[in-house]
Amino acid sequence: MSVCHCEQTREAQYQELQKVIDKYLNVEGSLIPLLQEAQEIFGYLSGDVMKKISAEIKVPFSKTYGVATFYSQFHLQPRGRNIIRVCQGTACHVRGGAKILDAAAEKLGVAENGTTKDLRYTLETVACLGACGQGPVLMVNDDTHGRLAAKDVPKILDKYE
Amino acid sequence: MGHLSELHARCTDQYIEKFNRSRVIVGLGTCGIAAGGDKVMAAIQHEAASKNMHIDIDFTSCIGICFREPTVEISLPGFAGVIYGDMTPDKVPYLLESHIINRHPVEEWAVMQISEGSTALYENITKMNDYPFYSKQVRTVTSRLGRTNPESLTDYVATDGYKALEKALSMQQLDIIEEIKKSGLRGRGGGGFPTGMKWGFVYQAVGAKKYVVCNADEGDPGAFMDRSVLEGDPHSVLEGMAICGYAVGADEGYIFVRAEYPLAIKRLQTAIAQAEKYGLLGNNILDTGFNFKIKIKAGAGAFVCGEETALLTSIEGNRGMPRVRPPFPANQGLWGKPTNLNNVETYVNVPFIINRGSDWYTSMGTEESKGSKVFCLTGKINNTGLAEVPMGISLRDIIYSVGGGIQNGKRFKAVQIGGPSGGCIREEDLDLPVDYDSLTAAGAMMGSGGLVVMDETTCMVDVAKFFLSFTQTESCGKCTPCREGTKRMLEILNRLCSGAGRMEDLDTLERLGRVVKNTALCGLGQTCPNPILSTILYYRDEYLAHIQDKRCPAGACSALLVYQIDPDKCKGCSKCAKNCPAGAITGGKKKPYFIDVDKCIKCGACLPGCQFEAIYNDAAPHRNNCRPATRRTA
Repeated sequence: MSVCHCEQTREAQYQELQKVIDKYLNVEGSLIPLLQEAQEIFGYLSGDVMKKISAEIKVPFSKTYGVATFYSQFHLQPRGRNIIRVCQGTACHVRGGAKILDAAAEKLGVAENGTTKDLRYTLETVACLGACGQGPVLMVNDDTHGRLAAKDVPKILDKYE
Repeated sequence: MGHLSELHARCTDQYIEKFNRSRVIVGLGTCGIAAGGDKVMAAIQHEAASKNMHIDIDFTSCIGICFREPTVEISLPGFAGVIYGDMTPDKVPYLLESHIINRHPVEEWAVMQISEGSTALYENITKMNDYPFYSKQVRTVTSRLGRTNPESLTDYVATDGYKALEKALSMQQLDIIEEIKKSGLRGRGGGGFPTGMKWGFVYQAVGAKKYVVCNADEGDPGAFMDRSVLEGDPHSVLEGMAICGYAVGADEGYIFVRAEYPLAIKRLQTAIAQAEKYGLLGNNILDTGFNFKIKIKAGAGAFVCGEETALLTSIEGNRGMPRVRPPFPANQGLWGKPTNLNNVETYVNVPFIINRGSDWYTSMGTEESKGSKVFCLTGKINNTGLAEVPMGISLRDIIYSVGGGIQNGKRFKAVQIGGPSGGCIREEDLDLPVDYDSLTAAGAMMGSGGLVVMDETTCMVDVAKFFLSFTQTESCGKCTPCREGTKRMLEILNRLCSGAGRMEDLDTLERLGRVVKNTALCGLGQTCPNPILSTILYYRDEYLAHIQDKRCPAGACSALLVYQIDPDKCKGCSKCAKNCPAGAITGGKKKPYFIDVDKCIKCGACLPGCQFEAIYNDAAPHRNNCRPATRRTA
């Protein structure tokens, strides 16, 4: 019989968060790295997490929310375990980056910025990954895959559980 | 100060010792890994272990020939290193057996050979200096790329690393600044402000606490030179910053790197830890009493943070919005303190200038733009990659000599330089010397150094729309001209590309562009109309074709394509009708089919399925075996 570990996991996550907050307490300009590390722990930034951070480092919640919504890296909704970022930069654009995005969207059945129901994948685009010589390019988590054709996309995505 | 010479001697010994062994070196920059370099590496390790070979297996960063990635270099003691291109894991066993065991390089896979010192050359392999991609290049900033291990302090120190820092620390602060001024070095991030003058301002600024910041927020689509340098030679960035810190009187530095560059961040972290361990960064550097610490700040994804005031605001932990200048960062920068802010490539030039002197530096380049510049060649060009050329070289040389011309024998149309802030340069202007001032005069700008080459199948209206949709998304929204202006201009461009353009749109675009250019708060807004204005100036007829004829001459705007079936070629197989999601194709068995233009949604699904090549449009005209470059209109 399976037992739900949600509560325990959440508690561990908050303990982890506390450590990060302690590390950055009294460090100038620490809000962004704090949010980045909090997002690594939770996968996204929930209202509760942002409120806790604000209260601990004594920054108005409005500012924390403002920063979190300004940068494209921060996410306020749960995301998939694997983040797919399809490059739509100039060089990839002229070499068919849009077709790669379509192929990924079709394979996953979600649109741009969508997350699959099983939380396995989130599909995003990025303005440039800096691997222009290899275009078109997509990145899954920290792995960059280059010189793609649309037909290569499904088997690459299958590799990520 | 005996400290460094001892380290230098030790590192040089270790470095030279490496050349006494057979070495296999894999190019593992982000681009090499994307092309499968890590799989080639695994295959080499496996093969060497199973055959019990006594070889050194090492890695390096990107040497610049992205079009031949993944690359592998093999060198035998006393012989030149041979660079192999397009390697795959299945080529590995034969390669190692032939070159290492039988001592015969595989000539047909070899790209070129590089001779270090007095090593013997092979007869039938091109030398690096004769290889067309490199023959017009000067490798200074990129000299260690693809030649040293970027995670090894030994390699860096053995190749004259940290010598400039040692020399600088024995100089007067003002002498260093004077040397940089005399070199004529200008900011490589795009603006082209004289670096020595900026350092002088920070030096003169009042305040005990000062900062040195490196802008590594390389966000221009089509530019990757900062990434390549950070991944390939991280220590040189640290050394340049430390010299600057000493010269201007700062003890703390920040490197602001894009979060999209995880490998660059990792290699910088490694380099900082190594430098601190050996007393090359941190407190009391090289026993001179000079303290300098460097911290990394990972960006959080906002293009506007490449603008200097926005970048500093972001380091402070705020929304990365630019502010009005003056006060300039040199007087009031990070946390209100005097701050020197330069781009990655600018800092990397510094150690070379200090080591070799400003006279050497001014021997390269033009009257107003000295030294070299690293460019990224991308787009429809044969040799995509990283190229460092002397200032003043013509664009034609870069595109045809270094870049090897246009892919698939197509015709050159334009080169886009300077990313979303730059403009397009047409064929007639290709002989312009590449320097800050002549590019600006031609309606483009140096920018950070992205060169995206476009051929006849690229639609210039679509290109303008592409860049504007980028800047529109990245506009921070603080000032009205940029926030509203980009939106309205994008609406108009979308209208043109979908066939609903009106004649007055052209004037409106030009007027809006001028207003945004003159009134926006920061560099992002002031330069974002450049792609539109330069394409209207040079390719007005293409705009007119979109508006008056509702036609895209390049066949790129899919909404403007008209699909037709040639009744003479159609065999009536009905495949296109089955593929058509809109039910726009009708016909009878064994009779020519017909596309109803009103029902057609221009998706292009019919085209690849037709084995008789009976279906055609502007992009894939009659009797053309090329498939069309159909592109989505956003």
